[in-house]
Formats: sequence, structure tokens, C-alpha cells
Amino acid sequence: MLTVVLAPFFAALAAPWLVRRLDRRASFVLALVPVAIFAWTLSRLDAFAAGLTDVTPWVPGLDVALAFRLDGLSGLFVLLISGIGTLVVLYAGGYLAGHPMLGRFFVFLMLFMGAMLGLVLADDLIALFVFWELTSLASYLLVGFQSEKPAARRAALQALLITGTGGLALLAGLILAAIAGGSWRLSDLVLAGEAIRGHGLYLPAMGLIVLGSFTKSAQWPFHSWLPGAMQAPTPVSAYLHSATMVKAGVYLLARLDPAFGGTAAWTTTLLVIGGITMLAGLVLALLETDLKLVLAWTTVSALGALVFLIGPATEDSARAAMAFLLTHALYKGALFMAAGNVDHEAGTRDLRDLSGLVRAMPITFAATAVSSASMAGFPLSLGWVSKAITKAAAIEAGGFVPVAVVTFATLLLVAIAGVVAIEPFLGRKSEAAKEAHEAPPSMLVGPLALASLSLLFGLFPDLVSDAVLAPAASAVAGVPLAVEAKVIKPFDWTLGLTLVAFAAGAALYVLWQRRAELWRDRLEPVLSRGPDAGYDHALVGLARLAAWQTRLWQPGLLHRYTAATFAVIVVATLAALFRGDLRLAFPLDGLRLIEIAVMALTAAAAIVAAIATTRLLAVTALGMVGIGVALIFMLFGAPDLAITQFMVETLVVVLLALVLVRLPGFRLSATADRPRALHAAIAGATGLLVIVLLLGVLAEPFDSRLSEWFARTSVPEAFGHNIVNVILVDFRAIDTLGEIIVVFAAALAGLAAIAARATRRGAR
Amino acid sequence: MSSLILRAGTRILAPMMLLLSVFLLWRGHNLPGGGFIGGLVATSAIALQGIAFGPEAIRRTLVVPPAVVAGVGVLIAVVAALPAALAGLPFFTGLWLKLDLGDGAVLPLSTPLLFDIGVYLTVIGGVCALIAALEEEPSLEGGEEGG
Repeated sequence: MLTVVLAPFFAALAAPWLVRRLDRRASFVLALVPVAIFAWTLSRLDAFAAGLTDVTPWVPGLDVALAFRLDGLSGLFVLLISGIGTLVVLYAGGYLAGHPMLGRFFVFLMLFMGAMLGLVLADDLIALFVFWELTSLASYLLVGFQSEKPAARRAALQALLITGTGGLALLAGLILAAIAGGSWRLSDLVLAGEAIRGHGLYLPAMGLIVLGSFTKSAQWPFHSWLPGAMQAPTPVSAYLHSATMVKAGVYLLARLDPAFGGTAAWTTTLLVIGGITMLAGLVLALLETDLKLVLAWTTVSALGALVFLIGPATEDSARAAMAFLLTHALYKGALFMAAGNVDHEAGTRDLRDLSGLVRAMPITFAATAVSSASMAGFPLSLGWVSKAITKAAAIEAGGFVPVAVVTFATLLLVAIAGVVAIEPFLGRKSEAAKEAHEAPPSMLVGPLALASLSLLFGLFPDLVSDAVLAPAASAVAGVPLAVEAKVIKPFDWTLGLTLVAFAAGAALYVLWQRRAELWRDRLEPVLSRGPDAGYDHALVGLARLAAWQTRLWQPGLLHRYTAATFAVIVVATLAALFRGDLRLAFPLDGLRLIEIAVMALTAAAAIVAAIATTRLLAVTALGMVGIGVALIFMLFGAPDLAITQFMVETLVVVLLALVLVRLPGFRLSATADRPRALHAAIAGATGLLVIVLLLGVLAEPFDSRLSEWFARTSVPEAFGHNIVNVILVDFRAIDTLGEIIVVFAAALAGLAAIAARATRRGAR
Repeated sequence: MSSLILRAGTRILAPMMLLLSVFLLWRGHNLPGGGFIGGLVATSAIALQGIAFGPEAIRRTLVVPPAVVAGVGVLIAVVAALPAALAGLPFFTGLWLKLDLGDGAVLPLSTPLLFDIGVYLTVIGGVCALIAALEEEPSLEGGEEGG
């Protein structure tokens, strides 16, 4: 199975070379990869029910493995990813024929395919997350493929930011789920449903995972990136943003249904958000004039419907979700490709400029018509079959509200099917239609194949119900299920309701033809305030926040940095001191006069440095403080330290003097804006704290083991009598090496800073 | 700064300070001194020349650019650790070579000494680089000299 997941990645590596050699015919070679995966999966169809596992160690130290598992749910997804993937690769060869960046496009597309396969096959939570993020990344690259368009760049970034934020939530949620369920394997978590639902971390884990899934699957209010993602070339929209990637969130929710489902929190969240997304998507679809955006909004709506169906976590809802998943993938993939054909051959996707295309593009029309019928749920299509299963689930889920929602959705979908299939193709020939002609064969294979499947499975649902849908629904429900799909049903009240919805939908379409413009204008101000505008506001707010906190923390003023550093030292040390019991010692006996004199001199110099009104005085006084410290080292028998201190003080004065002669004069008045009282308080507190710490250290017994060991071993082991030097160059040489590297790096940084100033000056 | 006394004094002082720095470096293992202190003394000598004769004097004294001196210093310090590593001993184990010069005099050479020379050069190069660069820096918007 590892080979299956890795194959598209290798294909991605080879894609640029293939395109250079074969140009657009490279798509035929690249399509072999998904074809092989499709065939491989079909050959494992019998194993779907039991599940097939394959584990390759990845990071054994962290117990992370490339564990893959093929069961009903992942099998259905693999079939969709590889099957539609094949058609999309072929389609892209025609759609982007002659595009200078075709090689790059196939790299991204195959990268995405591998990531998506990994996502749905992963059994390890960390592997799942990695592939999840890879799909977001691939989506970013594909949406932004036409990077010369600002709208494409914005859409790509928006998709990345929203799904990326959700990805972070998902990571946290998966970790919590692993803690609650006691395993990093999905297959274990699914069996540990009782323990997870009873765990204290259930709600946070569920909330975070649901959040991650909602961003990925474009649920309200995170849906705004998906219509934006229509900036991508149409093959991408057909593949990522209808059939596969956006269903990743749905996949994860379905996958975790046995572990997390069945609680009121889960059911309510999914039903409410899914329901809002489903209905809002349909209404917004009707308001669009761009054929591709109409489809995008119906995709949002379909994703909402899938979430809505997973919510109740019942057996019927599992069946309905899987049936609708397959139905939607088939008709939406076909519709997107057909819309791409219209765009490609008629030069526009604006519904107001399109009509009467049927003569020019009969095959595209046929695929569109069949797929639209499936979308609306007309008889003899797969949509009819899955709608029946959905109805059953809605009735079981509790009566009036679900049934009303499903019926209302049917009504709107019928109207939208009219917008998609009738409006561009039938009626009087528009200007654009006169120039149009049928798309090349490579761009007809995809929509035709998918539309045929919608029809075939609609007539003979047994072809998929037992082999594919039943194992998938079983995986979602967590118990073995059979799926009964009937083409012909006895007449009952639900069927009556459906027929009423069909009629009402048709009526709505006819009415809408006249009223659409009016409502579009009327609703414009409301719609412009939606989540998409919220995203813009959030970005602006984020930039402002970043600018504000940068100004706060990085003002470029040395005195602020110093004050903050010392304030933190004081607070942190005080906090530590209060936690232990502190004893102080005052060893004032035997204080010599010279020691008192040196200390008095040092203290006096420090005071002068603090109150100095000119720079030169301040620097000189600071130097005095340093010399005083050196004298104290001397008095207590540390000549090496004392010499070093003397030399450092000397050089600091030299360096400071060099800087100072280049600065404007220093007068107290020039620094009046500094909070001197605050600085004095911080400095005083730091000084007092150091005194307290030193007195506290003196109160503890001195542990002389280290110094004795150095004294004992210095000569026999390192042949040196100067213990300080022996420590520096032998016993602790690595420390010293680190220190001289710091000296070196600091010098380079200083040189760079000086050089940068020189460059700026030169520019002026 | 074109003080005659400073120049004349520097001509005498700087060479003696450089000698002192080598002396401190050499004896450091047994008596107060060592690469760090020696390096600081040498830097003081070179800085003194810089103040008396300008930044060109610093570059002339060091021959190669100061930053290169510092880099070579770090390199030497790392090289000092290699013999032990090649001999299969823990990194930075001191290895000693005691040359018999006859008459009972012994010249002890060692990797710690080599390491200390690396420290010495790093300190000189690093600080001198900054001093030279700062000295070449023109003053800010014609502000008054000194404080």
C-alpha cells in the first residue's frame, strides 16, 4: 500500500521531464498511475469488508508509523481519487494544452493525488495529519497556479490560511483523541468509542477535530475560500474542490463517527452547521451568474449535506452519506468538466451571455443534462437512488425538520439543475454560442464517463451497493451493514413529497428566469458582508495586531530592551525566591579597611554613572565601577579574573569613546522622554535582588567538591598550575570554544550593523 | 587625534604590550595569564595604535583583515580538538608533546596551548574588527565632538 501512496509522488517527480519530452501527450503516461491504482483497488474489492492493513515504520522512536488501512470507507475514496484522477489528468492535457507551465501543473496535481491517497489510507494519526497538510499545500499551489492573477493569489492564500488554521486545530484534536482513546491508530480509536466518549477530553478533542474538518470541507462560516478557489484551472476545481479534497473533512468525520458520534454535542453540531451550509449554499448558487461559481456553491451545499447526514450517526444516515458521496462525486466532477468545456470553447462562463449551445456542443450538453438530473435526483439517475436512501434516513432521524430540509433542498436543486443544464444550452443562440464548437476528445472523455456512470448506477444500483457502498457504510457506522438500493419504489407519501418538490423546483426555475437580476441587486449589500468580507477584516486586523505588538516589543530603543530584560529577571527570580525558604547570612566580621574603601569607591562611581549629565562622565564612571570590581577580584585572590576585568574595562572605554565621538552631544534634557523613575526602580530592584541572592548563597554551606577536584587533578592530568586556565583550555574547553565562537559571531554582527549604516548613508 | 605625546608614547608602548601579551599567553597554563588575557592585552596595544595613528594602523599591524584573524582563531581552536578525536579519545582531550632540548630543559607543546592560541587570535581579531570599523565610521550629522 505504501507503493500505492508513493507512486503519484514519483510521478510528480517525473512529470516535468515527461512534459518536456511528450508535451501534452504526457497526460496519457501520467494517467497510467491512477489507472493502476484504480485497478489495484478494484482487485482488492473483496477485502473492503474485513480491511487490509500495511505498516511501515517511520519514526519508531516516537511510535509514528506509515500505517495504511484499506477498508470500505477508504476504498470508496481511493476509487474516487484514482478514478476521477485519471479522467482529470486526461482532461487537463486537453484543457491546458500548450500552456507553458503544463509540467509544473502536473507536478502539483500528482503531488495532490499522492497526498490525498495518503490521507484516506492513513491509519496513523500523525501520518494522517501530514498528508492532510500536504493536500492543503497542494491546493494552495494549484489554486494559485495562474499566479499572474491577483485574484488567484488571494484565493490561494485564503484557502491555505483557512484550511491551515483548521489543520492546527485538527492536530491538537488528534493528539487529544489519541490520549483519550489510548492509541495513535484510527483503527483502534474506532473500536474505543465508549472510552473516548466517556473521557474528560472528549469535548475539546471533538470540537477541535470538527473545526479542522469544517474548514477543510468548507462548512459555514469557513466556506468562503471554496468559491474563491474557483480561480484555479477547471480540472483542479473538478478534482480538488468538488470530488476529492474538500471531502477530506467529510471523510474524517465519517471515519471518526464510530468513535465520536452518538452524543448530543456531535449530532447537534453536525446537523446545525451542515444544515445551514447546505441551504445557504443552494440559495447562493441561485444568485450566481458565473457557471463555475454556481457549481462551487452547490458543492458547498453538498458538503453541508454530507456533514448533515453524518451527524445522526445512525445506520441509515451512514448509508445515505456514502450513497450521496458517490453520487455527488460522479455528477459534480462531470458538471465541472462540462463547465470547463463551455468556458474553453465559448470563451465565457457568464450565464447571462450563454444560451443555445446545444447545437455546437451536443456531447457536453448530454453529459451536463444527465449529471444535472442526477443532481436534482430525477428518476433513472444515481441521484434518484441516493435520494431515496437519504429520505429514509431523514425520516428515521426524527420526522418533520430533517424531511422538510431534504425536501426544500430537492426543490432548490431542481431549479439549479435548470440553471446549469437548460440556461446555457437551450434557447436562442447567444453571441458566444455562435463562435463555439465542441471540445476535443480528451475533454469529453471525463464528463461522458462520469455521466454514464451516474446513469448506469442509477439503472443498476446493485453494481455498487453491495460491493462498495455497503462496506463504506459499515465502516462509518462501525457495524456491518447492507445497503438496499432500489430503482422502483412503491408509491407512498415521501414519493409524493418528492414529486411536489420537483414541480415546485421547476416552477421556481421558470420564475427565477425573470426575477434573478432583481434579487441579485437586492441581496448584494447583504452578501457583501458575509464571511468572505470577514476574512478580509480578520487579515487586516491581524496585520494591525502584528504591527502594534512589534512596535511594543521591538521599538529599537536600547533602554527599553534593557529595562524589559532586567524587569523580567527581577520578576522571575522573585517568583523563584518566594517558592523556596530563603535564609540570609551577614558575614560582616573581619571586613578589612581596604575592602571597605574599594566598595565605597565602586558604589560612589556607580552613583555618579547614574546621575551623570554627559556621556563622557557616565562612561568614565562606569569604567570606574569596573575597575572597582577588578580590585575586589584582586583582593580575594583571583588575579586572572582581575586582569581580564581590567583589560575588558579598558577596551570598553575605548570602544565607547569611539562611538561617543560620533554621536550628537548628550544632555539630560535630550533624554527627558525616558521614564527615569521607572528605570531607577528597575535598576534598584535588580541591585537589591542580587544582594539578597548573594547573602542567601552565603547562608548555604559551600560545596567545595568541584574546586577540590580541580585543585587535585590540575597538575597530574593537565600539567598546569593555573587552575583557571586549565579549566578554560582543557577541562571545559568546549565551553570556551562556544564562547570564542560567540565573540566571533558578535564581531561579525557588529561589522554587519556598521556596514548596513554605511550602505544606507551611501543610498542617501 | 594627533597628539605628539600619544604617538611617541605609542611607538614605545605598543610593541612592549604586544610582547607582554605573548608572554601572558605562553605562561598562562601555570601562572596568571592565558589566551584570553593575552588577547585582550594585544588588542589594547593595537587599539592604542589605532587611536594614535588611525584605523589604517590597525589593519597594517594585523596584515590580514581583523575578521579573518578572528576566523582563523576559531579554526585553530577547533583544529586543536582534532588530534584527540582522531586518536579515539574524547573530544578536546589534551595531548602533550614534551621536547627535550638538552641540559634538562623541556619544551612542553600541547593541544591546549594550540587552543589557547586560537582564543588569543579570536579575541584580537574580533575586537579589533569592531574598533577599526568604528574608527572609520564618520560622525552622525555633524554632532559635537566628544561629550
